[in-house]
Amino acid sequence: MEEINALMQGFAVALSPLNLLLMFVGVVLGIIIGVLPGLGGANGVAILLPLTFSMAQQPGGTTSAIILLSCIYWGALFGGAITSILFNIPGEPWSVATTFDGHPLAQKGRAGSALTAAFTSSFIGALIAVIMITFLSPVVAGFALQFGPPEFFAVYLLTFCAFVGMSGGNAAKTVASMMIGFALAAVGLDSVTGTLRLTFGFTSLLKGFDFLIAVIGLFGIGEILETLEEGLAFKGASAKINMKVVLETWKELPRYWATSLRSAAVGCFMGIVPGGATPASFMSYGLARRLSKDGNDFGSGVVEGVVAPETAAHAAGTSALLPMITLGVPGSPTAAVLLGGLLIWGLQPGPLLFVEKPDFVWGLIASMYLGNIAGLIVVLTCVPLFAAILRIPFSIIAPVIIVICAIGAYTVHNSMFDVYLMVVFGVIGYAFKKLGYPLAPMVLALVLGDRAEENFRNAIKGSQGDMLVFFSNGLVGGLTTLALLLLFWPLIRAGWRLVLGRGWRP
Amino acid sequence: MLTRRVLNPGLRDGRIEEGMESEQQRSAASVRAVEIGVAVVIFLFGALVVLDSYRLGAKWGGDGPQAGYFPFYVGLLICASGATILVRALRNPAFAAQSFVTRDELKKILTVLVPTVVYVSVIAYLGFYVASTIYIAYFMWHLGKYPWIKIAPVSIGVSVAFFLIFEIWFSVPLPKGPLEAALGLN
Repeated sequence: MEEINALMQGFAVALSPLNLLLMFVGVVLGIIIGVLPGLGGANGVAILLPLTFSMAQQPGGTTSAIILLSCIYWGALFGGAITSILFNIPGEPWSVATTFDGHPLAQKGRAGSALTAAFTSSFIGALIAVIMITFLSPVVAGFALQFGPPEFFAVYLLTFCAFVGMSGGNAAKTVASMMIGFALAAVGLDSVTGTLRLTFGFTSLLKGFDFLIAVIGLFGIGEILETLEEGLAFKGASAKINMKVVLETWKELPRYWATSLRSAAVGCFMGIVPGGATPASFMSYGLARRLSKDGNDFGSGVVEGVVAPETAAHAAGTSALLPMITLGVPGSPTAAVLLGGLLIWGLQPGPLLFVEKPDFVWGLIASMYLGNIAGLIVVLTCVPLFAAILRIPFSIIAPVIIVICAIGAYTVHNSMFDVYLMVVFGVIGYAFKKLGYPLAPMVLALVLGDRAEENFRNAIKGSQGDMLVFFSNGLVGGLTTLALLLLFWPLIRAGWRLVLGRGWRP
Repeated sequence: MLTRRVLNPGLRDGRIEEGMESEQQRSAASVRAVEIGVAVVIFLFGALVVLDSYRLGAKWGGDGPQAGYFPFYVGLLICASGATILVRALRNPAFAAQSFVTRDELKKILTVLVPTVVYVSVIAYLGFYVASTIYIAYFMWHLGKYPWIKIAPVSIGVSVAFFLIFEIWFSVPLPKGPLEAALGLN
């Protein structure tokens, strides 16, 4: 079992004193970020990314840096559950389903139970996903070593078509959002031809748009603006967790083992598909409600109603890292930011990473196990502390969050222009969210746009302009066909209905 | 969108009841207006992209696609989707009755957005830390109605904390202004 050997080596890397310290710091930071609106997972990682630049220069530093950032990610996942349960404010889109039963539980005075259930389920979901990653990623990576430019482009095509196909009636807005991301990615100096694209004479656009600025603006400022509509205060239930409540809830949880396993499976599967964590949490909530004997009580405050979405969401959020490390295709905006970080540090995510930098990859995977354990410990012991953060009066915390965002935006390229851009992106993010334009495709397109175009160009050059290169062999042909199927799926389904005589209903 | 619906079921779903509108709940902009506006902007953006790609050349060059090849089709898709959204918005009767943002909400948003724009604009002149202190102090005074004796230590304290964290600990320089120059902290 060479994966276990590799994993053990990874643990050796991850268990250094510095890395352990970074793990705890990362988790604590992540929870704080997850608890505060406007700072969520993707944004928080984006803000802290530039601070890791100096860390990444040192030997072994990239491993430490990714451990820090991924632990911030876990922390943010946990933190999102805190606000969902106590304040009925979902910290992340996939925490929405947690509010359905989590907040009623808190209102009934059982916040401690709800939180314990949520954290433990998240831990289990993430753990199962990490085990899957441990065994599956070398397989996928080995497979992907045979990929050439056409195959890589086909994978990106599949990713983006999946977004459009599963957008549920919002296809035009998804396409618009995605294509805007591609256009923004194209702005600036074209490395291949050396020409300036889409800059219209503005020197400040020479470097193009950095995805970090877009993320901080869209997800940070945009989210704050959206939260403002609720009113300028956060009111929530109080939370007391003590060992007694924890143990009692733990005794209750094994009853839901079937729900847990099923939700973890749903999460693992859907997390690999981009944008999977949110539908995974909703789907597993719906499944649990239908299949459980307490199904009718869902919504009034049932522990099982918290177990299902949390397990699925965390399993999905974790398994989204599988395509990121093996193929270089991120499954979520936060994974996209982590990917961007890898690129900035000079690493090439994808199958070669396993071959060239096994220490890094297995150190990261090992830290996923440890980070989750650290996260569970921190979160179970410190919840009242984190909940208290949200009691800081809005008039103080809102400007502080915005100042942090501004600092984050500035430190990317030491450029004030980026800070102005951040505000513009913030307004765009607010408007887009309200109108139903999905933001994830835009961010993914912004991160992947250059690489997608590069692979497209290389593929076409290699085939001397023949578009059929994307069907040239079984692998790439299969991927491209799957992509096109997903893209036109709603139309196919509507056509099928028509054929079956059930009427036209796209 | 899901978040909005979950948190505010039925708040803004097209039927504004007569007589129940207070002045503040009146819509500042209908969904229809904003949808159309955004769709038009998107279309124009796409047109810009297409034009610039055309200038760069969007055909097959000697040994590969020209620089404008990829963006050209991206721009076309932007225009196509923008047009689709525009047509949908024009044809949907429900949009006109739905409120995109009420006056009340708009006021709340502007309460934060306007000072933020001002803050970001003055950073270049006053330096990060001074601008941040004023920004936080403004919010505490205007929204929180705190007395100066509480505002001063918090706003100054936060900026000093940031200075220590970013300048000293992380060695990440932020823009500085006249105050820091006078104090010799450049």
